[in-house]
Amino acid sequence: MPNFMEFERPIVELKNKISEFKKLMEDADIDFSKEVSQLENRLAHLEKEVYSNLTPWDRVCIARHPQRPTTLDYVRYLFDDFIELHGDRYFGDDAALIGGIAFFQGKPVTVIGQQRGRDTKENIVRNFGMPHPEGYRKALRLMKQAEKFCRPIITFIDTKGAYPGKAAEERGQSEAIAKNLFEMAGLTVPVIAVVIGEGGSGGALALGVANRILMLENATYSVISPEGAAALLWKDSTQAKKAAQAMQITAKDLYELGVCDEIIKEIPPGAHVDVKVQADLIADRIQIALNDFSTMLPQEILSQRMNKYLRMGQFRDQPFG
Amino acid sequence: MNINIFSKKKKYASVVLSNKKSVEAVPDGIMTQCDKCKKIWVTKAFKEALNVCPNCNTHHYISAEERIHHLLDENSYEPWDTELSTINPLHFDNYMEKIEADQIKTGLTEAVITGKGTIDGLPLGIAIMDSAFRMGSMGSVVGEKITRAIFRCKEMKIPFVIFTASGGARMQEGILSLMQMAKTSVAVKQLNDAGVLYIVVMTHPTTGGVSASFASLGDIQLAEPGALIGFAGRRIIEQTIGEALPEDFQTAEFLLKCGQLDAIVPRQEMRATLSLLLKMHRTEEVSYA
Repeated sequence: MPNFMEFERPIVELKNKISEFKKLMEDADIDFSKEVSQLENRLAHLEKEVYSNLTPWDRVCIARHPQRPTTLDYVRYLFDDFIELHGDRYFGDDAALIGGIAFFQGKPVTVIGQQRGRDTKENIVRNFGMPHPEGYRKALRLMKQAEKFCRPIITFIDTKGAYPGKAAEERGQSEAIAKNLFEMAGLTVPVIAVVIGEGGSGGALALGVANRILMLENATYSVISPEGAAALLWKDSTQAKKAAQAMQITAKDLYELGVCDEIIKEIPPGAHVDVKVQADLIADRIQIALNDFSTMLPQEILSQRMNKYLRMGQFRDQPFG
Repeated sequence: MNINIFSKKKKYASVVLSNKKSVEAVPDGIMTQCDKCKKIWVTKAFKEALNVCPNCNTHHYISAEERIHHLLDENSYEPWDTELSTINPLHFDNYMEKIEADQIKTGLTEAVITGKGTIDGLPLGIAIMDSAFRMGSMGSVVGEKITRAIFRCKEMKIPFVIFTASGGARMQEGILSLMQMAKTSVAVKQLNDAGVLYIVVMTHPTTGGVSASFASLGDIQLAEPGALIGFAGRRIIEQTIGEALPEDFQTAEFLLKCGQLDAIVPRQEMRATLSLLLKMHRTEEVSYA
């Protein structure tokens, strides 16, 4: 597999050409500086064109990039003194979902997020970031703890979905997700959700009943994966590109549908280029969100969140036809 | 009241008797075959048994209208929010055509009916999902109708009972259908905080986004025998874990064993069970609370 995404091919090819010229200049001592500068100009234009015309599927590829920063990558840059807290107190500790307490700009916050692995070995430990019920129950335990100590909650959404396994069903995957939606509805502290990668279905939403939903520019949030949608709708999972378009899963789509509140810019072609710069961009938006909610009473915070979700959906208030 | 607007489309097999030599004189649809044990019954008797096979106890599909009819006191049902109708927010190809086709097929406007009524004189709000309409999937209208029904019950302080039947979220409404999970759960939270009883009866099938939201948040969780209940689809789980699942996996009986249900109640006993639970939660009798 090449280490670039398909839509980047023309850029990569042009870059290769430029370095060839540069190498020739060095090796053969011929002056190509005019050609190089022309090509570099062209490259700038090309990059601008490619990155401003990304298709939904291109964004899916960026969101799935193997080097895409994970929750813990951002935790490292966004917070100080993060202490991870483990376990749901009923069954076990789910490594696919992490949580703990940390300082954000000097103030304590509770941090929770799904955690993918950064390589195959780690992904096996992290179960590819797909939590079991005990993961969601750990999240809920930490959220209730945050509420008790009046700490804001910051969640990072990054999962293909809740794990579809036998044990997960036996231990009540549905109940665990439903209970999180129910309890998050009643939290009296601010909840800021940041969708950093793929937001897959109920397994993502279980950390997503928030006062403010932020999405990275190339993150996706969807009721089902493009492959799953294609299989269900057209009985053909190879139609994923088409489904990515039709399902309206990009940050821009969700902003227009009134689900996402803010889009956080990414450095082209994506957050994997520089996690530190990306973390700074996220920090700005978290800080603004926390400031906005800092003057609200607990009851106001709760009502703002409830009303936000009660408004979700589009329908007609008169008979069909 | 208004329940005659529904058609009589059934999901179980009606035997085409004209092809059968021995009963050639019997008109179409007068006999019904259980597709599980293959026994053939007189349709009238089968319907009197509430579409439960008298031989193998399989609980067959029953329409929302028929449920209202056998659960509520006669003429007590008053529907709510019948004017809400579906639009096509993502401009999905053929979505409205599919909605219209199911409206004609079922006589329903959407996959859930809501309203109020009484059981043995005790008032309740009720919602019944119908799997014959887009597999009972939850889009904006289903979410809104359930939410409004919950708020009415909260205002009136009457118990809310829901019969769930759903394949999950409505794909054609994308993220908006996912958000209905949050929306209905917010409503249930408010109902809960108002101290109002919420009973869930999970019927076949209750899966995906519906099972992972309001369907799992009842004060009391009941299910019909044999109902398929679960989060992920059986095939997806088998592919993921690479092994075959036990026969009874994700049935109501399996869930009861796993501690996920309060009780399994046969359809014939449902009205009596609900009546009893409503009596036990009559607000005037918990004066010490």
